[in-house]
Amino acid sequence: MLGLNKKDTSLMIVVIILTMFAPFILNPFPVDSAMAQFNAGYPDLMQRFVIFGIFAIGFNILFGLTGYLSFGHAAFLGIGSYSVVWMYKLLDYNVIYGLPLAVLTAGIFAVAIGYVSLRRSGIYFSILTLAFAQMSFNLAYSVLTPITNGETGLQVYNNDPQVLLGANEATSPHLFGIVMNNSFKLDVGAWQFTFNNGYYFCALVMLLVFYLSIRIFRSPFGLMLRAVKSNQNRLSYTGLNPRPYTLAAFVISGMYAGLAGGLMASMDPLAGAERMQWTASGEVVLMTILGGTGTLIGPVLGAGFIKYFENIFSKINDTILHQWFSFLPDGLEDAVVFIIHPFIGKGWHLTLGILFMLVVIFLPGGLVEGGQRIGKWIKSRGKSEDSDSGATTEPAE
Amino acid sequence: MSKSTMTRRGVLKTGAVAGAGVALPTIFTASSAAAYTNEPTGGSVTLGFNVPQTGPYADEGADELRAYELAVEHLNGGGDGGMMNTFSSKELQGNGILGKKVEFVTGDTQTKSDAARASAKSMIEKDGAVMITGGSSSGVAIAVQGLCQEAGVIFMAGLTHSNDTTGKDKKANGFRHFFNGYMSGAALAPVLKNLYGTDRNAYHLTADYTWGWTQEESIAAATEALGWNTVNKVRTPLAATDFSSYIAPVLNSGADVLVLNHYGGNMVNSLTNAVQFGLREKIVNGKQFEIVVPLYSRLMAKGAGENVKGIHGSTNWHWSLQDDASKAFVKSFGTKYGFPPSQAAHTVYCQTLLYADACQRAGTFNPCGVAEALEGYEFDGLGNGKTLYRAEDHQCFKDVLVVRGKENPTSEFDLLEVVEVTPAAQVTYAPDHPMFAGGELGSCNPGA
Amino acid sequence: MDALILQILNGLDKGSAYALIALGLTLIFGTLGVVNFAHGAIFMIGAFCAVTLSKILNLSYETIDPNQTDFLGNPLKVKTPYVESWFGPEIGASLIDWAVPLAIIFSIPIMLAVGYIMERGLIKHFYKREHADQILVTFGLAIVLQEIIKYFYGANPIQTPSPDALSGVANVGAVFGMDIVYPVWRIVYFCFAAVIIAAVFSFLQFTTFGMVVRAGMADRETVGLLGIDIDRRFTIMFGIAAAVAGLAGVMYTPINSPNYHMGMDFLVLSFVVVVVGGMGSLPGAVLAGFMLGILESFASMNAIKSLIPGIDQIIIYVVAIIILLTRPRGLMGRKGVMEE
Repeated sequence: MLGLNKKDTSLMIVVIILTMFAPFILNPFPVDSAMAQFNAGYPDLMQRFVIFGIFAIGFNILFGLTGYLSFGHAAFLGIGSYSVVWMYKLLDYNVIYGLPLAVLTAGIFAVAIGYVSLRRSGIYFSILTLAFAQMSFNLAYSVLTPITNGETGLQVYNNDPQVLLGANEATSPHLFGIVMNNSFKLDVGAWQFTFNNGYYFCALVMLLVFYLSIRIFRSPFGLMLRAVKSNQNRLSYTGLNPRPYTLAAFVISGMYAGLAGGLMASMDPLAGAERMQWTASGEVVLMTILGGTGTLIGPVLGAGFIKYFENIFSKINDTILHQWFSFLPDGLEDAVVFIIHPFIGKGWHLTLGILFMLVVIFLPGGLVEGGQRIGKWIKSRGKSEDSDSGATTEPAE
Repeated sequence: MSKSTMTRRGVLKTGAVAGAGVALPTIFTASSAAAYTNEPTGGSVTLGFNVPQTGPYADEGADELRAYELAVEHLNGGGDGGMMNTFSSKELQGNGILGKKVEFVTGDTQTKSDAARASAKSMIEKDGAVMITGGSSSGVAIAVQGLCQEAGVIFMAGLTHSNDTTGKDKKANGFRHFFNGYMSGAALAPVLKNLYGTDRNAYHLTADYTWGWTQEESIAAATEALGWNTVNKVRTPLAATDFSSYIAPVLNSGADVLVLNHYGGNMVNSLTNAVQFGLREKIVNGKQFEIVVPLYSRLMAKGAGENVKGIHGSTNWHWSLQDDASKAFVKSFGTKYGFPPSQAAHTVYCQTLLYADACQRAGTFNPCGVAEALEGYEFDGLGNGKTLYRAEDHQCFKDVLVVRGKENPTSEFDLLEVVEVTPAAQVTYAPDHPMFAGGELGSCNPGA
Repeated sequence: MDALILQILNGLDKGSAYALIALGLTLIFGTLGVVNFAHGAIFMIGAFCAVTLSKILNLSYETIDPNQTDFLGNPLKVKTPYVESWFGPEIGASLIDWAVPLAIIFSIPIMLAVGYIMERGLIKHFYKREHADQILVTFGLAIVLQEIIKYFYGANPIQTPSPDALSGVANVGAVFGMDIVYPVWRIVYFCFAAVIIAAVFSFLQFTTFGMVVRAGMADRETVGLLGIDIDRRFTIMFGIAAAVAGLAGVMYTPINSPNYHMGMDFLVLSFVVVVVGGMGSLPGAVLAGFMLGILESFASMNAIKSLIPGIDQIIIYVVAIIILLTRPRGLMGRKGVMEE
């Protein structure tokens, strides 16, 4: 289907189902139950899942295929965001102007930075990209404030030109009148599900770029990039110059990052300079490795994993813990809360750090490997107990 | 079936209540059902406390969180009532707000605009928070304030000192109790004049971002009005940890006062470095060299230890104040947690009480009603004397404290002593003052 | 002229910290081939060794003084450190005063142990893994270590002053007939760094153990074939690298009050230093550390800042880019190390 082989088609279908039904899947607990704390099906977090998914998919095209580890991809994220917000300021709130510009500007910067950085390989390349991104961040935070609005972040003011702004036009980001912030809520019994315009817009964009990345992975171009990873010297000896290929991969992944940054500003019309800091670059590296480098779906899983912890675990506090464990006798309740306390709320970093270590120690292939192992385990169990039942799910790659 | 008394509505209700088996969906869009964003419908109201829990300001955030929990306890009728007893408005009954029990959710701003907005959004979208408050830096405060304006909830700013929060970036849904850079300058100038005279050469070291710039501008203007000469204004990178290369040029610059427009970790390091270089023992132009830290924070001053002794600055509030309100607050906070509250804790406690009181007086949680109740509101009994929430820019006008690092502290909390309480009139400025110009308050947004 | 000399001194001082951390990082790269993102955290743990010692020395018992009151109006509890009551007020006070230098002795075994445990318990399982996995696991470790410190010590900086005798300023220009004052402790720090660097180099250069390690860095397999247990020596080198970073942290505490995330602040910079110096080259790391320190100090001079605004924000990265583009493997890098 659409130029995909059978396995990729089923993967694509699984991803389509997952993203389209995410509002249901991510809200498994009733609103008033104690477990509602773990619900992730609210617009902002769902948007973040797919946006960082796009960022990680793009990063994986460079890192997963060519093995070039960029430590400066956050710069493109920031550039994308600034482009979109500037379009809001100059034209109007329709995202249709900003998003293509975000991809384009990120692409131009990627050509320049990539051209220079790709002259070196290995850690020398990593440090070059890091240097460019940190320069962008430091300047955006201070000297370039007239363009970036520095610490506060670039935002739209009432006295901005906004030349195309119509009289009845929405005053928040929208696509031809479909306002990103608007949601549609569905109450089913004790459950509530939120369907948000912005989320579905991002999700459609993600499906598109995910499809694109499958095609890149399976194309002769993708094969060439893998050749760069496995042995660059041998590739050179065959008379091929790997540089144009790696540069193309760098630019494509930079454009993905620009798109992700643009979408961030499309959901929330503010572009902060921290988006370009090395910690943000590091985050996408961690997402990719955590999910499974070089796999199609891994980076998206990694992105979801990190964003889930950042947004859900940081919001659990002692009061909530006491509610959960109120069924226990008093002394025991306090003891349990005392033990869990360091890992939640302000301790969410600690939990994340421990999980990084556990995943990388026990699942060398990242979360995807975990999925594969579970898949195999189910398969082998299914076979031993009932050899006829073949109704097991295909493990995602 | 024609005689059935069952209405369609009744069926829906029973269906929703029973919930079991066949669930009947009721469908509505967010905008049509409620009069304003997150209108509380049950017996409780949810507030969102958005403070830094990780990163360099985590301790300040933790102190804010303690004050919030105390405020919620007092609002719900627990504890000794703290400043509710001294507050000039007697609307709050200790039965929650408008009879609804106060509940809260917490989040981590990480002192990053993006993370702070994500956290605030989850409070609004997921937890149904009707008010967001907190924060420990101006960039975050402005970013979250903008978000609350768009989403249609009230934002009660925490610790934010930049002029922009209620200046260029002011918003109709945002309110600030904390003082600002201009007020620091106006309060400090007369004290500096008495101490150091009118013939001084000041050298500014400024953190290179918006808050630093507004404070530098404010302090330089205030001291130049005294007749001081500004020798140089040097911007230092936010990420700088060692300030030696910025301090060294001060030695031979001819300046005899060093103004450190730094906060938090930057302040601790630049002050420590300045003292290391022997600036405090230096005599320039026949005068003793002096250092000024315009914005003091006791929590951070602790990190600089001995180095703060005798150094002047300004602060929003200090636990050693002897008015009834401050004493009541210190007593209930100290009894609960075992140490005195910081200025960050005080300002967020006040903000929570002020918000609750405004809801009570307005008779609604509707942001427009609350904003109207807060605008132009005059109150007393929250530790800062008579205070006005000005309608034009949503900034509180109250006395500002000028403090000095204490020479002989009696305990680890006893680091600062109040030198002077500058009356509110002296730090008041016109709403269209040039340092605050450029923004528009806009109109209140109830969301929905 | 005075200003220039001052900035060179500042640069040497900043460079000392960079060089010490980068030296440790390079030892780990060069010997074990591991990208250690937890190295900044080791520096931080070193600093907190000093904090801990000063806390231990300040452990006090409380006596109630009825004449003074605390913030709640209750009688004030006056704290007296145990050391003062054991050794008498004078010796006790000077022990507390000299906490940071004392922490050097106290921290060496701790840091060696930290390094040894890290290597045996975690890093050794990652020799054969990809660099990406090494980054993820050591980054996770760095987060865990700093969160543990934060749990016990809080997020605010903690002041740990230098001994009174070493805290003033000295006129270092007097020798040349100039008037240049500079903080004594910073001079101590620089000298200390120089001694440590010299010690590490002579250890590698003049001992048999060092010779074997150097051989192992050049060609691990051949050394292994000679029947030498190179792994054990590399483990010890990891411990030494941790000790170097830890000592850098201990001595750094009086310059800037330590906090739990100081390691992360140094991490990125020290990686830049290592790479600019050239992967696997110890002299390169030291040279790059001092060079970047001095250039950073120059860039923050007002004359240069007014010429190019914001240059002090980016100077390190500009220099890194220029050097890496003109010298492919940094200043003194070896071919084939971490180029894959």
